[in-house]
Amino acid sequence: MIDVLYFAWVRERIGLPRERLDTAARTVRDLIAELTAREDRYALAFADLTSLRVALDQELSNFDAPLQGIREVAFFPPMTGG
Amino acid sequence: MRVSVQTAVFDLGTESNAFAASVPTAGAIVTFTGVVRDNAGTLSAMEIEHYPGMTEKAIAAMIEQAITRWTLTDALVIHRYGRLAAGEPIMMVATAAPHRGDAFAAAEFLMDYLKSRAPFWKKEIGADGAAWVAALSSDEAALTRW
Repeated sequence: MIDVLYFAWVRERIGLPRERLDTAARTVRDLIAELTAREDRYALAFADLTSLRVALDQELSNFDAPLQGIREVAFFPPMTGG
Repeated sequence: MRVSVQTAVFDLGTESNAFAASVPTAGAIVTFTGVVRDNAGTLSAMEIEHYPGMTEKAIAAMIEQAITRWTLTDALVIHRYGRLAAGEPIMMVATAAPHRGDAFAAAEFLMDYLKSRAPFWKKEIGADGAAWVAALSSDEAALTRW
């Protein structure tokens, strides 16, 4: 089981802030493919990966990173702090 | 080092004075404050979302990096989230060092990293609706100078 978190417009498009998934995805990219195939709202949120960032266990990562041993995946747009 | 991610408004004077009092041996203190801007005069509020847990860790890691890079006595970051009105302070950075060069450079470094590497997202709420603030490529480019 893995916790998947969504922030900002990713959260709005998908319609929930977090969910717990049972997935066999080996990488972040596999997980995105799995979600995209599920429903249109996911396909819409993940349509353009250049406008998305991913964090694994609260550390910035990349789409090819393996998910083995990861408990928390977060998807969000580029950050606008400061 | 102090990192505070909070909804409450902060007082720049109070925070600056407390920080200065905590670093009596520093020769230089630099502070920066970001304020909610109302460019078009139509902003009702700004809403800031963040990633609890990651935010605090990411900011602490930035400060650690600044401490290894420059000779710093201490550093402080306060960043708000939630609903903010125009003119309210969003965040502040304070750095203390023996000399001003280190204090200025570390403050700029922290600002550049907070902009693009701290998990905050701003949404502007106006009379005509709400829109997420897009990240600027110039903010991303600013990181390359470090």
